[in-house]
Amino acid sequence: MKRLALLLITLTLAACSPRALEPRFIADGAPESLADWGMVGVRDGRLTLAEGVTPYELNTPLFTDYAGKLRTVWMPKGQAANSTPDVAFDFPVGTVVTKTFFYPKGPDGSVTPGDDLGLSETGEGLDLSKIRLIETRILVRRAAGWAAFPYVWNEDQTKATLKRIGQPISLTLKRPGRSDAFIYQVPNVNQCAGCHATDHAAKALLPIGLKSRHLDREVTVAGARFNQLDRLVQIGYLRGLQTTGRVRAPDWRDETASLDGRARAWLDINCGHCHSPKGPADTSGLYLDAATPMGPSLGLCKPPVAAGQGTGGFVHGIEPGRPDQSILIFRTGSTDPGAMMPELGRSLFHDEGLDLLRRWIAAMPPGCR
Amino acid sequence: MGQGWNRALSALTLTGALALAACGPGGGSAAKPNTTYQETLIQQLIDAKPGDVITIPAGVYAIDRGLSLDIDGVTIKGAGMDKTILTFKGQAAGAEGLLVNASNFTIEDLAIEDAKGDALKVNEGENIVIRRVRTEWTGGPKTSNGAYGIYPVQVRNLLIEESVAIGASDAGIYVGQSDNVVVRRNRAEFNVAGIEIENTRNADVYDNLATNNTGGILVFNMPNLKVSGFATRIFRNRVEGNNTKNFGRKGSAVASVPAGTGVIINSNDQVEIFDNDIGGNDTSNVIISSYYSTGYMNQKGVEANFDAYPEAIFVHDNRFTPGGAKPDGLDLQALRVALFGVTGRLPDVLWDGYVDVKKFKGGKVDPALAVCVDNGAAQTLNADGPHKNKSPALAGESVRCRLAPLPAISVAAAGPVPAERKVPAPVKP
Repeated sequence: MKRLALLLITLTLAACSPRALEPRFIADGAPESLADWGMVGVRDGRLTLAEGVTPYELNTPLFTDYAGKLRTVWMPKGQAANSTPDVAFDFPVGTVVTKTFFYPKGPDGSVTPGDDLGLSETGEGLDLSKIRLIETRILVRRAAGWAAFPYVWNEDQTKATLKRIGQPISLTLKRPGRSDAFIYQVPNVNQCAGCHATDHAAKALLPIGLKSRHLDREVTVAGARFNQLDRLVQIGYLRGLQTTGRVRAPDWRDETASLDGRARAWLDINCGHCHSPKGPADTSGLYLDAATPMGPSLGLCKPPVAAGQGTGGFVHGIEPGRPDQSILIFRTGSTDPGAMMPELGRSLFHDEGLDLLRRWIAAMPPGCR
Repeated sequence: MGQGWNRALSALTLTGALALAACGPGGGSAAKPNTTYQETLIQQLIDAKPGDVITIPAGVYAIDRGLSLDIDGVTIKGAGMDKTILTFKGQAAGAEGLLVNASNFTIEDLAIEDAKGDALKVNEGENIVIRRVRTEWTGGPKTSNGAYGIYPVQVRNLLIEESVAIGASDAGIYVGQSDNVVVRRNRAEFNVAGIEIENTRNADVYDNLATNNTGGILVFNMPNLKVSGFATRIFRNRVEGNNTKNFGRKGSAVASVPAGTGVIINSNDQVEIFDNDIGGNDTSNVIISSYYSTGYMNQKGVEANFDAYPEAIFVHDNRFTPGGAKPDGLDLQALRVALFGVTGRLPDVLWDGYVDVKKFKGGKVDPALAVCVDNGAAQTLNADGPHKNKSPALAGESVRCRLAPLPAISVAAAGPVPAERKVPAPVKP
């Protein structure tokens, strides 16, 4: 009897198994279902990528409450992006970028950190017996510019539905020796601009990770090892790639890279989209993007401008030699919405990133005079 | 003072409750805020098109995440600052109550209470009107309160009027890095800074009431920013009894403001202070100071070209009532006793005495850059900051001079300065 039931279920599933994924560019409107885009979808218990939907990862990624991220890019046939040395690649109309946020399943409905999973584990899709999907964000290049849509996965993990107003999701993250209940915040559409409108005056959304220095990286997918930029050229997605003199962002986890390089890479990807001379946080005079040299603009001995209670009682952004008297450490380590940085995209703080920043500041010669 | 605060608070609560009771079924009550409306509001903010008016009916609405708007040409309108109340008491995410990045934006007739960070922030935009908006932290002055109440930054053509800001742990009304600004007929109470104009050019601040703050009205320039401020007129305001203990978090710029400050200029230029009623501020009715006196100056972290000197400051024709009886901090108290005796007061104007010797003309301060106090019998104390306060002394006639008046500011939404003075009344117990 049990066997029959199982068989029936299997048959039923097979019968309504969705057709093959067909990626498509949707030129306007706000599609209600992630399935409408045909980029990623659940097939046979796996989150599967459609043909041509190419996964990528970054040398140093943004921290989002220890979520794992599966990023993809797709372009219509015959289209390619133009490579640019410093800014996001110039993508053609029709480009669709996806980012799926997920966690490995832990005991009793909890989740565990997924941020250390790379393309070797995720590049061929995600096994839903082991993974819980949270949301998939679409960033699409339309004629008028980039547009962003957040889709939230249902509890059954069968479909993701547009949630333009965002959604708080209660999760418990288990790590060795600790358990943290927290609210994962799916951003609303306006909040997407909070990070992706990197030029605050122009207000246009732009991809953040799809830059040469973040993508220049050797990865392994399905047992094959290659450089991501070379692969994008090979498959016809990228034109005009610099072959010499490329600047590569350090991997913040790479113990062989310099402490300074790793800390700056972490700050650049986590803070630099707002804290840049053109970003929304230029009001603070604190610039944490990769291009800003060491000095007051990077926070060194800098008194805050409008931090309010976010100073944590400290007087300088970076108090050299004294990480735990630095506003930078206080705010990146805070979970109080009135003090924490970044302002959006996390409810937990990044222990390992914080540890890196602490070591970086501790190594600076003390004193501001 | 604590009692005064409590009385003021209960009076406010009472007014709020009466107003709510009066507005009927739509009005809600403080006990039971509406928790479902926020999704409607977020949807409206996302779907807004230029020209839209988003109307929020009377009621108390619980909002648990930061709201944001980035579409130009939108108006948000409530039913009154004591009738339409957005309460962020349970806010779990977002550094602001409402964050706006848009031009041609008007917000009026509502209240934003207990935001975890700033209450209303407008970051970049032109033609901004903030009218009859109340931002308040309802638990009284606390260091853990959000930083700024009404917080436009990097905007052009700004009018803030008839608004109320209470309880900010930094500034109640803070205009930062902006140009062409009118701030009028507002009431700022129980903030660290009542009204603060910072790195801003061309501002008229008039007909406001600043009372019970740590400092009433501030005009500051901070280092390491792209623009420095100048040309601010402070006139026809009531700046009285700003004696609330400084509850700003250490390290914030306003944490250096002594309690009992009426109007304070720090490192800003071309500031004209006239025709105000200023009194009962226990440290000093007016302070003119340099960044050197804040304790934040340092070699590595302050850009070398920062101009820390307040220049072309003109104080005239104000009506001072006594202040300076109980200055904040041991140093200022010692100064008071040493110069004016145990029962004496610091004079109406306290100046730290920093002047930029690099800009001297013929061995003296350029008259066009001078600190001028021409205010009848009002005295100025030069605290001799450059020599570690070695020889503080009354400046006497040496500061009696006049500067050319600054021109009026023209903001279309504000029109010209009305002849009639309309300052909000303080909340009476």
